[in-house]
Amino acid sequence: MIRGVIIGQYYPVRSTVHSMDPRAKILIATIFMVVLFVGNNFYCFLAMGLFAVLAVVLSKVPWHVVIRTVRPMLFILIFTLVLHLFLTPGPVLFRMGPVTATWSGLVQGLFIGTRLVILIMFTSLLTLTTSPVELTDGLEDVLRPFSRLGVPHHELAMMMTIALRFIPTLLEEADRIMKAQMARGADFQSGNMLNRARNLAPLLVPLFVSAFRRADELALAMEARCYRGGEGRTRMKKLEMHRADYVGILLVVLASVLVVYLRIKFGPVIRGTV
Amino acid sequence: MPIELQHVTYDYMPGTPSQVRALDDVCMTIQDGEFLGLIGPTGSGKSTLIQHLNGLLVPTSGRVLVDGLDTRAKGADLRRLRQKVGLVFQYPEDQVFEETVYEDIAFGPKNLGVPAEEIEERVREAMALVGLPDSLMKRSPFELSGGQLRRVALAGVLAMRPEVLVLDEPTAGLDPLGKREILGHIRRLHERGLTVVMVSHNMEEVARLADRLVVLDHGRIVLSGTPREVFAQGELLESIGLDIPDVTKMMRELRKRGWPVRTDVLTLEEAYEEISRYLAGTKAGGVR
Repeated sequence: MIRGVIIGQYYPVRSTVHSMDPRAKILIATIFMVVLFVGNNFYCFLAMGLFAVLAVVLSKVPWHVVIRTVRPMLFILIFTLVLHLFLTPGPVLFRMGPVTATWSGLVQGLFIGTRLVILIMFTSLLTLTTSPVELTDGLEDVLRPFSRLGVPHHELAMMMTIALRFIPTLLEEADRIMKAQMARGADFQSGNMLNRARNLAPLLVPLFVSAFRRADELALAMEARCYRGGEGRTRMKKLEMHRADYVGILLVVLASVLVVYLRIKFGPVIRGTV
Repeated sequence: MPIELQHVTYDYMPGTPSQVRALDDVCMTIQDGEFLGLIGPTGSGKSTLIQHLNGLLVPTSGRVLVDGLDTRAKGADLRRLRQKVGLVFQYPEDQVFEETVYEDIAFGPKNLGVPAEEIEERVREAMALVGLPDSLMKRSPFELSGGQLRRVALAGVLAMRPEVLVLDEPTAGLDPLGKREILGHIRRLHERGLTVVMVSHNMEEVARLADRLVVLDHGRIVLSGTPREVFAQGELLESIGLDIPDVTKMMRELRKRGWPVRTDVLTLEEAYEEISRYLAGTKAGGVR
Protein backbone atom coordinates (compact mmCIF):
# COMPACT_ATOMS: atom_id res chain seq x y z
CA MET A 1 0.00 0.00 0.00
CA ILE A 2 2.78 2.39 0.88
CA ARG A 3 5.08 1.05 -1.79
CA GLY A 4 3.34 3.15 -4.42
CA VAL A 5 5.07 6.23 -3.06
CA ILE A 6 8.29 6.69 -4.97
CA ILE A 7 10.70 9.38 -3.89
CA GLY A 8 14.03 8.22 -5.17
CA GLN A 9 12.74 7.70 -8.69
CA TYR A 10 15.93 6.64 -10.46
CA TYR A 11 15.09 4.91 -13.74
CA PRO A 12 17.87 2.41 -14.43
CA VAL A 13 18.74 2.24 -18.11
CA ARG A 14 22.01 2.93 -19.92
CA SER A 15 22.10 6.16 -21.88
CA THR A 16 24.26 9.16 -22.64
CA VAL A 17 22.43 11.20 -20.05
CA HIS A 18 22.75 8.49 -17.39
CA SER A 19 26.49 8.23 -17.86
CA MET A 20 27.08 11.97 -17.64
CA ASP A 21 28.94 13.44 -14.70
CA PRO A 22 26.43 14.37 -11.96
CA ARG A 23 28.20 17.73 -11.51
CA ALA A 24 27.59 18.57 -15.16
CA LYS A 25 23.97 17.51 -14.84
CA ILE A 26 23.43 19.61 -11.72
CA LEU A 27 25.05 22.58 -13.42
CA ILE A 28 22.93 22.15 -16.55
CA ALA A 29 19.76 21.81 -14.51
CA THR A 30 20.59 24.94 -12.52
CA ILE A 31 21.29 27.01 -15.63
CA PHE A 32 18.15 25.60 -17.22
CA MET A 33 16.01 26.66 -14.26
CA VAL A 34 17.40 30.19 -14.22
CA VAL A 35 16.92 30.58 -17.96
CA LEU A 36 13.38 29.25 -17.70
CA PHE A 37 12.60 32.26 -15.53
CA VAL A 38 14.41 34.61 -17.88
CA GLY A 39 12.17 33.49 -20.73
CA ASN A 40 9.08 35.70 -20.91
CA ASN A 41 7.21 34.50 -23.98
CA PHE A 42 6.14 31.25 -25.62
CA TYR A 43 9.01 31.37 -28.14
CA CYS A 44 11.45 31.13 -25.27
CA PHE A 45 9.53 28.15 -23.93
CA LEU A 46 9.55 26.54 -27.33
CA ALA A 47 13.34 26.67 -27.32
CA MET A 48 13.55 25.38 -23.74
CA GLY A 49 10.95 22.73 -24.49
CA LEU A 50 12.93 21.48 -27.47
CA PHE A 51 16.05 21.32 -25.32
CA ALA A 52 14.14 19.31 -22.72
CA VAL A 53 12.70 16.97 -25.36
CA LEU A 54 16.18 16.36 -26.71
CA ALA A 55 17.39 15.53 -23.20
CA VAL A 56 14.50 13.10 -22.59
CA VAL A 57 15.07 11.35 -25.92
CA LEU A 58 18.78 10.99 -25.18
CA SER A 59 18.05 9.69 -21.68
CA LYS A 60 15.99 6.76 -23.05
CA VAL A 61 13.54 7.22 -20.17
CA PRO A 62 10.07 6.37 -21.55
CA TRP A 63 7.79 9.38 -22.00
CA HIS A 64 5.04 8.04 -19.79
CA VAL A 65 7.51 7.87 -16.89
CA VAL A 66 8.58 11.49 -17.44
CA ILE A 67 5.00 12.70 -17.77
CA ARG A 68 4.04 10.81 -14.61
CA THR A 69 6.37 13.05 -12.61
CA VAL A 70 4.05 15.99 -13.31
CA ARG A 71 1.05 14.24 -11.81
CA PRO A 72 1.72 15.09 -8.14
CA MET A 73 1.86 18.77 -9.14
CA LEU A 74 -1.39 18.66 -11.07
CA PHE A 75 -3.31 20.31 -8.26
CA ILE A 76 -0.90 23.24 -8.07
CA LEU A 77 -0.99 23.57 -11.85
CA ILE A 78 -4.77 23.79 -11.97
CA PHE A 79 -4.80 26.08 -8.96
CA THR A 80 -2.33 28.44 -10.68
CA LEU A 81 -4.28 28.40 -13.91
CA VAL A 82 -7.59 29.19 -12.18
CA LEU A 83 -6.10 31.98 -10.05
CA HIS A 84 -4.57 33.67 -13.08
CA LEU A 85 -7.67 33.17 -15.16
CA PHE A 86 -9.88 35.05 -12.73
CA LEU A 87 -7.53 37.53 -11.11
CA THR A 88 -5.75 39.07 -14.11
CA PRO A 89 -7.36 42.27 -15.38
CA GLY A 90 -8.05 42.52 -19.13
CA PRO A 91 -10.63 41.88 -21.86
CA VAL A 92 -13.49 39.72 -20.62
CA LEU A 93 -13.56 36.06 -21.66
CA PHE A 94 -16.67 34.97 -19.70
CA ARG A 95 -18.40 35.72 -16.41
CA MET A 96 -19.21 33.22 -13.71
CA GLY A 97 -21.34 34.79 -10.99
CA PRO A 98 -19.31 37.46 -9.24
CA VAL A 99 -16.00 36.58 -10.91
CA THR A 100 -14.77 37.38 -14.38
CA ALA A 101 -12.36 35.37 -16.47
CA THR A 102 -10.15 37.34 -18.83
CA TRP A 103 -8.24 36.61 -22.01
CA SER A 104 -5.05 37.90 -20.51
CA GLY A 105 -5.70 35.71 -17.49
CA LEU A 106 -5.98 32.66 -19.70
CA VAL A 107 -2.76 33.49 -21.54
CA GLN A 108 -0.96 34.32 -18.31
CA GLY A 109 -2.19 31.11 -16.66
CA LEU A 110 -1.12 28.96 -19.59
CA PHE A 111 2.22 30.74 -19.63
CA ILE A 112 2.97 30.06 -15.97
CA GLY A 113 1.60 26.54 -16.31
CA THR A 114 3.88 25.76 -19.24
CA ARG A 115 6.82 27.09 -17.29
CA LEU A 116 5.98 24.84 -14.34
CA VAL A 117 5.50 21.75 -16.49
CA ILE A 118 8.84 22.24 -18.26
CA LEU A 119 10.50 22.92 -14.91
CA ILE A 120 9.13 19.80 -13.25
CA MET A 121 9.85 17.54 -16.20
CA PHE A 122 13.41 18.73 -16.61
CA THR A 123 14.34 18.59 -12.96
CA SER A 124 12.71 15.17 -12.68
CA LEU A 125 14.93 14.06 -15.50
CA LEU A 126 17.89 14.85 -13.28
CA THR A 127 16.68 12.47 -10.58
CA LEU A 128 15.45 9.92 -13.12
CA THR A 129 18.87 9.61 -14.70
CA THR A 130 21.12 10.12 -11.67
CA SER A 131 21.23 7.65 -8.79
CA PRO A 132 20.90 9.24 -5.35
CA VAL A 133 24.51 8.38 -4.53
CA GLU A 134 25.82 10.09 -7.66
CA LEU A 135 23.56 13.01 -6.98
CA THR A 136 24.90 13.63 -3.51
CA ASP A 137 28.47 13.10 -4.65
CA GLY A 138 27.91 15.69 -7.35
CA LEU A 139 26.21 18.05 -4.97
CA GLU A 140 29.08 17.81 -2.53
CA ASP A 141 31.47 18.98 -5.24
CA VAL A 142 29.15 21.65 -6.55
CA LEU A 143 28.77 23.06 -3.03
CA ARG A 144 32.50 22.92 -2.29
CA PRO A 145 33.18 26.54 -3.36
CA PHE A 146 30.65 27.68 -0.75
CA SER A 147 32.55 26.04 2.10
CA ARG A 148 34.50 29.31 2.46
CA LEU A 149 31.21 30.96 3.32
CA GLY A 150 30.75 28.41 6.07
CA VAL A 151 28.54 25.96 4.16
CA PRO A 152 29.37 22.50 5.55
CA HIS A 153 29.30 20.89 2.12
CA HIS A 154 30.52 17.45 3.13
CA GLU A 155 28.17 17.19 6.10
CA LEU A 156 25.23 18.32 3.99
CA ALA A 157 26.01 15.72 1.36
CA MET A 158 26.45 13.02 4.00
CA MET A 159 23.13 13.92 5.60
CA MET A 160 21.43 13.70 2.24
CA THR A 161 23.05 10.38 1.46
CA ILE A 162 21.91 8.96 4.77
CA ALA A 163 18.41 10.37 4.42
CA LEU A 164 18.07 8.95 0.92
CA ARG A 165 19.52 5.65 2.01
CA PHE A 166 16.93 5.28 4.75
CA ILE A 167 13.82 6.37 2.89
CA PRO A 168 13.17 2.89 1.47
CA THR A 169 14.06 1.30 4.80
CA LEU A 170 11.62 3.50 6.68
CA LEU A 171 8.91 2.96 4.08
CA GLU A 172 9.35 -0.77 4.42
CA GLU A 173 9.26 -0.46 8.18
CA ALA A 174 6.11 1.68 8.01
CA ASP A 175 4.52 -0.91 5.75
CA ARG A 176 5.40 -3.68 8.18
CA ILE A 177 4.11 -1.85 11.25
CA MET A 178 0.97 -0.81 9.43
CA LYS A 179 0.26 -4.41 8.53
CA ALA A 180 0.99 -5.56 12.06
CA GLN A 181 -1.54 -3.05 13.40
CA MET A 182 -4.06 -3.95 10.71
CA ALA A 183 -3.67 -7.55 11.83
CA ARG A 184 -4.89 -6.25 15.20
CA GLY A 185 -7.90 -4.67 13.55
CA ALA A 186 -6.53 -1.14 13.12
CA ASP A 187 -8.05 0.94 10.36
CA PHE A 188 -5.93 3.50 8.53
CA GLN A 189 -8.20 4.16 5.60
CA SER A 190 -11.60 5.31 6.81
CA GLY A 191 -12.96 7.96 9.14
CA ASN A 192 -12.70 11.74 9.01
CA MET A 193 -9.43 13.69 9.07
CA LEU A 194 -9.28 13.97 12.86
CA ASN A 195 -9.93 10.29 13.41
CA ARG A 196 -7.45 9.33 10.76
CA ALA A 197 -4.78 11.52 12.32
CA ARG A 198 -5.46 9.96 15.70
CA ASN A 199 -5.30 6.49 14.17
CA LEU A 200 -1.76 7.21 13.03
CA ALA A 201 -0.37 6.92 16.57
CA PRO A 202 -0.07 3.12 16.35
CA LEU A 203 2.04 3.64 13.24
CA LEU A 204 4.08 6.71 14.16
CA VAL A 205 5.11 5.78 17.70
CA PRO A 206 6.79 2.50 16.72
CA LEU A 207 8.22 4.11 13.60
CA PHE A 208 9.92 6.88 15.58
CA VAL A 209 11.18 4.45 18.19
CA SER A 210 12.84 2.36 15.52
CA ALA A 211 14.14 5.37 13.55
CA PHE A 212 15.91 6.69 16.64
CA ARG A 213 17.35 3.28 17.38
CA ARG A 214 18.59 3.01 13.81
CA ALA A 215 20.16 6.46 13.95
CA ASP A 216 21.98 5.50 17.12
CA GLU A 217 23.25 2.28 15.67
CA LEU A 218 24.32 3.98 12.46
CA ALA A 219 26.30 6.61 14.35
CA LEU A 220 28.07 3.87 16.30
CA ALA A 221 28.79 1.84 13.18
CA MET A 222 30.23 4.91 11.45
CA GLU A 223 32.42 5.75 14.41
CA ALA A 224 33.55 2.14 14.63
CA ARG A 225 34.84 2.59 11.10
CA CYS A 226 36.66 5.78 12.08
CA TYR A 227 34.40 8.21 10.26
CA ARG A 228 35.31 11.77 11.21
CA GLY A 229 33.95 14.04 8.55
CA GLY A 230 35.08 15.04 5.12
CA GLU A 231 38.65 16.13 5.75
CA GLY A 232 41.16 14.01 3.87
CA ARG A 233 38.47 11.67 2.69
CA THR A 234 38.90 10.17 -0.76
CA ARG A 235 36.27 8.75 -3.07
CA MET A 236 35.95 5.24 -4.37
CA LYS A 237 34.41 6.53 -7.56
CA LYS A 238 36.21 9.63 -8.78
CA LEU A 239 34.00 11.94 -10.77
CA GLU A 240 35.34 12.77 -14.19
CA MET A 241 34.03 15.12 -16.85
CA HIS A 242 33.90 13.68 -20.36
CA ARG A 243 33.07 15.02 -23.78
CA ALA A 244 29.32 14.47 -23.35
CA ASP A 245 29.43 16.65 -20.23
CA TYR A 246 31.15 19.55 -21.97
CA VAL A 247 28.81 19.22 -24.96
CA GLY A 248 25.83 19.27 -22.61
CA ILE A 249 27.01 22.40 -20.84
CA LEU A 250 27.76 24.05 -24.17
CA LEU A 251 24.27 23.21 -25.42
CA VAL A 252 22.56 24.66 -22.38
CA VAL A 253 24.65 27.82 -22.68
CA LEU A 254 23.68 28.12 -26.36
CA ALA A 255 20.04 27.59 -25.43
CA SER A 256 20.38 30.34 -22.83
CA VAL A 257 21.75 32.77 -25.37
CA LEU A 258 18.91 31.89 -27.72
CA VAL A 259 16.34 32.47 -24.97
CA VAL A 260 17.81 35.87 -24.13
CA TYR A 261 17.65 36.75 -27.84
CA LEU A 262 14.03 35.59 -28.10
CA ARG A 263 13.15 37.56 -24.99
CA ILE A 264 14.50 40.76 -26.48
CA LYS A 265 13.01 40.12 -29.91
CA PHE A 266 9.44 39.19 -28.96
CA GLY A 267 8.99 40.80 -25.56
CA PRO A 268 6.65 39.69 -22.77
CA VAL A 269 3.68 37.51 -23.53
CA ILE A 270 1.35 40.17 -22.19
CA ARG A 271 2.38 43.75 -22.57
CA GLY A 272 3.22 45.52 -19.37
CA THR A 273 4.27 42.37 -17.50
CA VAL A 274 7.71 40.92 -17.05
CA MET B 1 -12.32 -23.19 10.27
CA PRO B 2 -10.11 -24.50 7.49
CA ILE B 3 -8.02 -22.17 5.32
CA GLU B 4 -7.66 -23.23 1.73
CA LEU B 5 -5.12 -21.86 -0.75
CA GLN B 6 -5.95 -22.61 -4.37
CA HIS B 7 -3.24 -21.96 -6.97
CA VAL B 8 -2.11 -18.83 -5.15
CA THR B 9 0.36 -16.70 -7.09
CA TYR B 10 1.59 -13.37 -5.83
CA ASP B 11 3.79 -10.78 -7.55
CA TYR B 12 5.38 -7.84 -5.79
CA MET B 13 5.21 -4.62 -7.82
CA PRO B 14 3.50 -6.13 -10.84
CA GLY B 15 4.06 -4.29 -14.10
CA THR B 16 7.27 -2.55 -13.02
CA PRO B 17 10.87 -3.40 -13.87
CA SER B 18 11.29 -4.71 -10.33
CA GLN B 19 8.43 -7.21 -10.46
CA VAL B 20 9.15 -10.26 -8.32
CA ARG B 21 7.15 -13.46 -8.11
CA ALA B 22 6.96 -14.26 -4.41
CA LEU B 23 4.47 -17.12 -4.57
CA ASP B 24 4.03 -19.45 -7.49
CA ASP B 25 0.96 -21.68 -7.73
CA VAL B 26 0.74 -22.58 -4.05
CA CYS B 27 -2.00 -25.06 -3.13
CA MET B 28 -2.53 -26.16 0.46
CA THR B 29 -5.16 -26.53 3.14
CA ILE B 30 -4.76 -25.72 6.80
CA GLN B 31 -6.99 -28.04 8.82
CA ASP B 32 -8.73 -27.28 12.07
CA GLY B 33 -6.60 -27.88 15.12
CA GLU B 34 -3.39 -28.77 13.33
CA PHE B 35 0.07 -27.39 14.04
CA LEU B 36 1.60 -26.52 10.71
CA GLY B 37 5.29 -25.68 10.41
CA LEU B 38 6.31 -23.54 7.47
CA ILE B 39 9.98 -23.71 6.56
CA GLY B 40 12.08 -22.48 3.70
CA PRO B 41 15.22 -20.45 3.05
CA THR B 42 15.20 -16.64 3.28
CA GLY B 43 13.20 -15.14 0.45
CA SER B 44 11.26 -18.33 -0.25
CA GLY B 45 7.91 -16.60 0.27
CA LYS B 46 6.99 -17.71 3.80
CA SER B 47 6.15 -14.25 5.08
CA THR B 48 4.23 -13.44 1.90
CA LEU B 49 2.27 -16.63 2.27
CA ILE B 50 1.16 -16.02 5.84
CA GLN B 51 0.01 -12.50 5.00
CA HIS B 52 -2.46 -14.12 2.61
CA LEU B 53 -4.07 -16.04 5.46
CA ASN B 54 -5.76 -12.97 6.96
CA GLY B 55 -6.22 -10.91 3.81
CA LEU B 56 -3.35 -8.45 4.37
CA LEU B 57 -2.26 -9.53 0.91
CA VAL B 58 -4.54 -10.94 -1.73
CA PRO B 59 -3.33 -13.24 -4.51
CA THR B 60 -2.40 -11.83 -7.91
CA SER B 61 -4.10 -14.96 -9.20
CA GLY B 62 -5.70 -17.90 -7.43
CA ARG B 63 -7.87 -17.84 -4.33
CA VAL B 64 -7.59 -17.98 -0.57
CA LEU B 65 -10.67 -19.35 1.15
CA VAL B 66 -10.94 -18.78 4.88
CA ASP B 67 -13.85 -20.80 6.22
CA GLY B 68 -15.14 -20.92 2.65
CA LEU B 69 -14.98 -17.14 2.16
CA ASP B 70 -12.81 -15.68 -0.59
CA THR B 71 -10.47 -13.02 0.86
CA ARG B 72 -10.55 -11.18 -2.44
CA ALA B 73 -14.35 -10.92 -2.55
CA LYS B 74 -15.80 -7.42 -2.60
CA GLY B 75 -17.14 -6.47 0.79
CA ALA B 76 -15.27 -9.27 2.54
CA ASP B 77 -15.32 -8.53 6.27
CA LEU B 78 -11.58 -8.09 6.69
CA ARG B 79 -11.78 -7.07 10.32
CA ARG B 80 -13.63 -10.23 11.24
CA LEU B 81 -11.18 -12.22 9.15
CA ARG B 82 -8.27 -10.69 11.04
CA GLN B 83 -9.97 -11.46 14.32
CA LYS B 84 -10.35 -15.12 13.38
CA VAL B 85 -6.84 -15.46 11.97
CA GLY B 86 -4.47 -13.84 14.45
CA LEU B 87 -1.19 -12.95 12.78
CA VAL B 88 1.91 -12.30 14.86
CA PHE B 89 4.64 -10.71 12.78
CA GLN B 90 8.35 -11.24 13.15
CA TYR B 91 9.75 -9.06 15.96
CA PRO B 92 6.20 -8.22 17.02
CA GLU B 93 7.52 -6.04 19.85
CA ASP B 94 8.16 -3.37 17.19
CA GLN B 95 4.42 -2.81 16.93
CA VAL B 96 3.93 -2.03 20.62
CA PHE B 97 3.06 1.65 21.05
CA GLU B 98 0.75 2.27 24.00
CA GLU B 99 1.79 3.73 27.33
CA THR B 100 0.91 0.67 29.34
CA VAL B 101 0.97 -3.05 28.73
CA TYR B 102 -2.76 -3.16 29.42
CA GLU B 103 -3.58 -0.51 26.82
CA ASP B 104 -1.46 -2.20 24.21
CA ILE B 105 -3.03 -5.61 24.65
CA ALA B 106 -6.46 -3.95 24.63
CA PHE B 107 -5.75 -2.33 21.24
CA GLY B 108 -6.99 -5.31 19.21
CA PRO B 109 -10.24 -5.96 21.09
CA LYS B 110 -10.96 -2.20 21.10
CA ASN B 111 -10.65 -2.09 17.33
CA LEU B 112 -13.07 -5.00 17.13
CA GLY B 113 -15.60 -3.02 19.15
CA VAL B 114 -15.55 -5.30 22.16
CA PRO B 115 -17.48 -3.72 25.09
CA ALA B 116 -15.32 -2.10 27.78
CA GLU B 117 -16.10 -4.56 30.58
CA GLU B 118 -15.20 -7.51 28.39
CA ILE B 119 -11.91 -5.93 27.31
CA GLU B 120 -10.44 -6.18 30.77
CA GLU B 121 -11.46 -9.81 31.01
CA ARG B 122 -9.85 -10.51 27.63
CA VAL B 123 -6.64 -8.72 28.55
CA ARG B 124 -6.33 -10.72 31.78
CA GLU B 125 -7.03 -13.94 29.93
CA ALA B 126 -4.47 -13.18 27.21
CA MET B 127 -1.82 -12.23 29.75
CA ALA B 128 -2.44 -15.45 31.65
CA LEU B 129 -2.14 -17.46 28.42
CA VAL B 130 1.38 -16.19 27.83
CA GLY B 131 2.37 -16.24 31.49
CA LEU B 132 2.55 -12.50 32.15
CA PRO B 133 1.82 -11.57 35.78
CA ASP B 134 -1.00 -9.04 36.37
CA SER B 135 1.50 -6.79 38.09
CA LEU B 136 2.90 -5.79 34.69
CA MET B 137 -0.41 -4.43 33.52
CA LYS B 138 0.21 -0.80 34.41
CA ARG B 139 3.87 -0.80 33.43
CA SER B 140 5.22 0.83 30.29
CA PRO B 141 5.96 -1.83 27.69
CA PHE B 142 9.30 -0.16 27.04
CA GLU B 143 10.54 -1.15 30.51
CA LEU B 144 10.13 -4.87 29.92
CA SER B 145 12.69 -7.46 28.88
CA GLY B 146 12.83 -8.69 25.29
CA GLY B 147 11.09 -11.95 26.07
CA GLN B 148 8.36 -10.25 28.11
CA LEU B 149 7.78 -7.65 25.40
CA ARG B 150 7.37 -10.35 22.81
CA ARG B 151 4.81 -12.06 25.00
CA VAL B 152 2.95 -8.75 25.35
CA ALA B 153 2.78 -8.57 21.56
CA LEU B 154 1.57 -12.17 21.40
CA ALA B 155 -1.06 -11.41 24.05
CA GLY B 156 -2.18 -8.45 21.95
CA VAL B 157 -3.17 -10.86 19.20
CA LEU B 158 -4.58 -13.51 21.55
CA ALA B 159 -6.86 -10.90 23.13
CA MET B 160 -8.79 -10.90 19.86
CA ARG B 161 -9.58 -14.59 20.54
CA PRO B 162 -8.48 -15.91 17.16
CA GLU B 163 -9.25 -19.42 15.98
CA VAL B 164 -6.06 -19.68 13.99
CA LEU B 165 -2.76 -18.31 15.29
CA VAL B 166 -0.13 -17.53 12.67
CA LEU B 167 3.39 -16.82 13.90
CA ASP B 168 6.35 -15.55 11.89
CA GLU B 169 9.53 -16.76 13.58
CA PRO B 170 8.28 -16.25 17.10
CA THR B 171 11.64 -17.06 18.68
CA ALA B 172 13.91 -14.91 16.49
CA GLY B 173 16.34 -12.86 18.51
CA LEU B 174 15.35 -14.21 21.93
CA ASP B 175 17.72 -15.72 24.48
CA PRO B 176 17.41 -19.47 25.19
CA LEU B 177 15.14 -18.94 28.18
CA GLY B 178 12.90 -16.57 26.24
CA LYS B 179 12.73 -19.06 23.39
CA ARG B 180 11.81 -21.94 25.66
CA GLU B 181 9.10 -19.91 27.35
CA ILE B 182 7.45 -18.66 24.20
CA LEU B 183 7.52 -22.10 22.57
CA GLY B 184 5.99 -23.58 25.73
CA HIS B 185 3.14 -21.08 25.55
CA ILE B 186 2.58 -21.76 21.86
CA ARG B 187 2.46 -25.48 22.51
CA ARG B 188 -0.08 -25.01 25.30
CA LEU B 189 -2.20 -22.76 23.08
CA HIS B 190 -2.24 -25.48 20.47
CA GLU B 191 -3.21 -28.06 23.07
CA ARG B 192 -6.16 -25.84 24.02
CA GLY B 193 -7.46 -26.27 20.49
CA LEU B 194 -5.99 -23.35 18.59
CA THR B 195 -4.87 -24.02 15.03
CA VAL B 196 -1.24 -22.89 14.76
CA VAL B 197 0.80 -21.98 11.71
CA MET B 198 4.43 -21.27 12.58
CA VAL B 199 7.21 -20.03 10.34
CA SER B 200 10.63 -21.00 11.61
CA HIS B 201 14.25 -21.29 10.65
CA ASN B 202 14.91 -23.60 13.53
CA MET B 203 14.48 -27.20 12.42
CA GLU B 204 14.55 -28.57 15.99
CA GLU B 205 11.64 -26.32 16.94
CA VAL B 206 9.36 -27.36 14.12
CA ALA B 207 10.42 -31.02 14.36
CA ARG B 208 9.30 -31.05 17.97
CA LEU B 209 6.11 -29.03 17.68
CA ALA B 210 4.54 -29.38 14.25
CA ASP B 211 2.15 -32.11 13.08
CA ARG B 212 2.87 -31.28 9.48
CA LEU B 213 5.55 -29.36 7.62
CA VAL B 214 5.39 -27.44 4.39
CA VAL B 215 8.68 -26.57 2.71
CA LEU B 216 8.80 -23.53 0.43
CA ASP B 217 11.53 -22.63 -2.03
CA HIS B 218 11.36 -19.80 -4.56
CA GLY B 219 7.67 -19.37 -3.87
CA ARG B 220 6.79 -23.00 -4.55
CA ILE B 221 5.91 -25.87 -2.24
CA VAL B 222 8.70 -28.38 -2.71
CA LEU B 223 7.84 -30.79 0.08
CA SER B 224 5.10 -31.39 2.59
CA GLY B 225 4.27 -34.07 5.10
CA THR B 226 4.91 -35.08 8.68
CA PRO B 227 8.23 -33.90 10.13
CA ARG B 228 9.47 -37.48 9.88
CA GLU B 229 8.66 -37.67 6.20
CA VAL B 230 10.12 -34.25 5.47
CA PHE B 231 13.35 -34.69 7.40
CA ALA B 232 13.90 -38.04 5.67
CA GLN B 233 14.70 -35.89 2.61
CA GLY B 234 17.93 -34.54 4.05
CA GLU B 235 19.67 -34.12 0.70
CA LEU B 236 16.80 -32.17 -0.86
CA LEU B 237 16.56 -29.92 2.18
CA GLU B 238 20.28 -29.25 2.14
CA SER B 239 20.22 -28.51 -1.57
CA ILE B 240 17.81 -25.61 -1.01
CA GLY B 241 19.82 -24.30 1.93
CA LEU B 242 17.90 -25.86 4.79
CA ASP B 243 19.00 -28.39 7.33
CA ILE B 244 17.76 -31.34 9.35
CA PRO B 245 17.74 -31.46 13.15
CA ASP B 246 21.11 -32.20 14.72
CA VAL B 247 19.92 -35.41 16.37
CA THR B 248 18.64 -36.71 13.05
CA LYS B 249 22.04 -35.92 11.57
CA MET B 250 23.76 -37.76 14.37
CA MET B 251 21.63 -40.89 13.88
CA ARG B 252 22.40 -40.85 10.15
CA GLU B 253 26.08 -40.60 10.97
CA LEU B 254 25.85 -43.52 13.39
CA ARG B 255 24.14 -45.62 10.78
CA LYS B 256 26.82 -44.75 8.26
CA ARG B 257 29.37 -46.06 10.75
CA GLY B 258 27.60 -49.36 11.01
CA TRP B 259 25.09 -49.00 13.84
CA PRO B 260 21.73 -50.34 12.62
CA VAL B 261 19.72 -47.55 14.28
CA ARG B 262 16.62 -45.80 12.95
CA THR B 263 17.40 -42.49 11.29
CA ASP B 264 13.90 -40.97 11.37
CA VAL B 265 14.51 -39.69 14.87
CA LEU B 266 13.61 -36.06 15.60
CA THR B 267 14.16 -35.40 19.29
CA LEU B 268 16.82 -36.03 21.86
CA GLU B 269 14.47 -38.28 23.85
CA GLU B 270 13.78 -40.46 20.83
CA ALA B 271 17.48 -40.67 20.06
CA TYR B 272 18.20 -41.70 23.62
CA GLU B 273 15.62 -44.46 23.47
CA GLU B 274 16.80 -45.71 20.11
CA ILE B 275 20.44 -45.80 21.12
CA SER B 276 19.62 -47.49 24.43
CA ARG B 277 17.58 -50.09 22.57
CA TYR B 278 20.50 -50.80 20.30
CA LEU B 279 23.02 -50.93 23.10
CA ALA B 280 20.82 -53.30 25.11
CA GLY B 281 20.75 -55.55 22.05
CA THR B 282 24.51 -55.72 21.76
CA LYS B 283 25.00 -57.29 25.18
CA ALA B 284 28.52 -56.11 25.63
CA GLY B 285 27.18 -52.61 25.77
CA GLY B 286 28.58 -51.16 22.68
CA VAL B 287 31.33 -50.16 20.48
CA ARG B 288 34.65 -48.70 21.33
